[in-house]
Amino acid sequence: MAANSPQMQISYYQARQLRRFGLTALVTLFTLLLLSVYLMPFANMMTVSLRDVLAVSKLKEVPLLPEVPSVYNYEGKDYPVFQVTIDSEPKELALVKPGRQVSQFIDPENPDAGFIEWEGNWRQLVQVQKLAPRWENFEEAWTQVRFPLLFRNTLIIAVVGVIGTLLSCICVAYAFARFPIPGKNILFVILISTIILPNQVTLIPTYIFFSEINWTGTWLPLMIPHFFANAYNVFLLRQYFLTLPKELEDAAMVDGAGPLRVLLQVIIPQSWPAIVAVAIFHFVFAWNDFFAPLIYLLGKRDLQPISVGVQVFNARYGSRPDLIQATSLMALVLPVIIFFLAQRFFMRGVVITGVEK
Amino acid sequence: MKQSKTRSLLQQQRTWGWIFLSPWIAGFFLFTLFPLMVSLYLSFTDFDIGGKPHWNGLDNWRRLFNDPATSHSLWITLRFGMIMLPVSIIFPLLLAALLNSKYLAGKRVLRVLFYMPYMVPAISGVYIWQSFLNGQTGLLNRILVWAGMSDPPDWLFNATWISPALVVVGLWGVGNAMLTMLAGMQGVPTEMYEAARVDGAGILTRFLRITLPMISPVILYNLVLTIIGLMQYFVLPYALSSQTRVNPELQFINLHLYQTGFLYGHMGYASAIAWFLFAIALLLTIFVLYTSRRWVYYAGG
Repeated sequence: MAANSPQMQISYYQARQLRRFGLTALVTLFTLLLLSVYLMPFANMMTVSLRDVLAVSKLKEVPLLPEVPSVYNYEGKDYPVFQVTIDSEPKELALVKPGRQVSQFIDPENPDAGFIEWEGNWRQLVQVQKLAPRWENFEEAWTQVRFPLLFRNTLIIAVVGVIGTLLSCICVAYAFARFPIPGKNILFVILISTIILPNQVTLIPTYIFFSEINWTGTWLPLMIPHFFANAYNVFLLRQYFLTLPKELEDAAMVDGAGPLRVLLQVIIPQSWPAIVAVAIFHFVFAWNDFFAPLIYLLGKRDLQPISVGVQVFNARYGSRPDLIQATSLMALVLPVIIFFLAQRFFMRGVVITGVEK
Repeated sequence: MKQSKTRSLLQQQRTWGWIFLSPWIAGFFLFTLFPLMVSLYLSFTDFDIGGKPHWNGLDNWRRLFNDPATSHSLWITLRFGMIMLPVSIIFPLLLAALLNSKYLAGKRVLRVLFYMPYMVPAISGVYIWQSFLNGQTGLLNRILVWAGMSDPPDWLFNATWISPALVVVGLWGVGNAMLTMLAGMQGVPTEMYEAARVDGAGILTRFLRITLPMISPVILYNLVLTIIGLMQYFVLPYALSSQTRVNPELQFINLHLYQTGFLYGHMGYASAIAWFLFAIALLLTIFVLYTSRRWVYYAGG
């Protein structure tokens, strides 16, 4: 009887809503926690890239944040600042005259008060750190790694590759989507099965081939193969073309348009989401590719892209973790920005190649 | 009259079809089939960089099975694969399930953020993780010390801890798997869950009995791609090995192949390693595809 009263009903819904709200808060909080753990290496990268490595090199323990030992200038000389407890009161004092039993300090906030004596071993005192992000690391990395040059190289390789991929994959996908080719299904299976071919097994003859025609040490081996289509992008574009209604094409054909004009004026204008996805896929691939430029541009430091340039540089500057992290950050900025700007196209593309069969 | 016109139209269509297909056909012969055959041939020769190939029969293959360096690197690769393969399926699966939860706020942003590490160039990823896992100054060990651990290991330079460390680094590579699984989950009809709920199925039962079978084709796809990817694992071992401290735990098979073929120039022997690797990858893939008949569920087919 009571369950039917309106008051009970309201509280039932309220309880449900409360439960829902509580669960949402809990699940979201957990996910955020997981995310912050997942992305934690980025935080480490940022603080290290801003660290003043030389300034902290003598410390027993390198501070986590980009901090440097605090100093106080007294009468033209720099003195390190320590945490000192005097009369059970913690103070930050500059060490002027260190001694084994007794040391003399000066209070930076009140230098006119003169020296303060403190009994005890100063080596056991904790030095005061102050936050000092060293932005010059990026400047230094930028010039040392010759970033503008690497950037230009990468951009040229990536853009030419994108053009090649788009030209070839659009044509091949169009053929698979629309034309009555005998044995088309078998050809399509062959195309898809090339995905599971490890690239090492074709690597050596391909390398020999390119070196025979004197293309090693140039960008050509990194560009030309992309003018011959690849399975992922053909599959993605074909799936997209198959969803397009045929009426427009038929109408264009009736008007006398040939296959090429249908492709250029009917198919492509309707397929921008898929085309953008392919362009981004290839751009990011080319930007991040490491193995091919490593073997084809060995020793050609003026032609290498960012990925190899950063590795060559970092292998030499092992003692400068700040520069290593700064260059790593510089290398990832562009692909990550492009991804954020175009993530919808990008993710849709990934889903089409992975889920639809 | 009319029939011959349609026939010539069909003929014309076929011709255009072949024209549009030609880039791939040419590429397939030039960059896939031909190199595939040549590398098989080279695996039976003593070909070195700059020299001429001479037939030496099964020498390379005999050497392959007796070379401790090769069997060591194969073992390193397989051992890592055995841990990494389940992790690279289960972790994105759980992540996708979490991101698919109806109790999660801000799904779209979170999805993008969890995917983002996948965009980081592999070489940057190596250095970022190397710094994070650094024994003395890395953030991870600072946290462990703060949490009360007295002597945390130097992850990447410790024979015991390097495999777990590499698995953790590999977690940044699950973006695509997570995204495809998530899309698969979103494609499961909600009526199925509702019907199961009416029948009294709990959340775990629903996940195991509905979600998993429904996205099993996506899992298969990711399984195959992960196997191929693991065979080609290269950037991390390469970048870490070329630094001062060489670590035998990083001698993955693809690095071994690179060193044999490109550093020491033994292309014939390297070709044999490549084909051996290809055979393993093919066998594993066929095995996975074969067993998949039992566990992959195709709706409507």
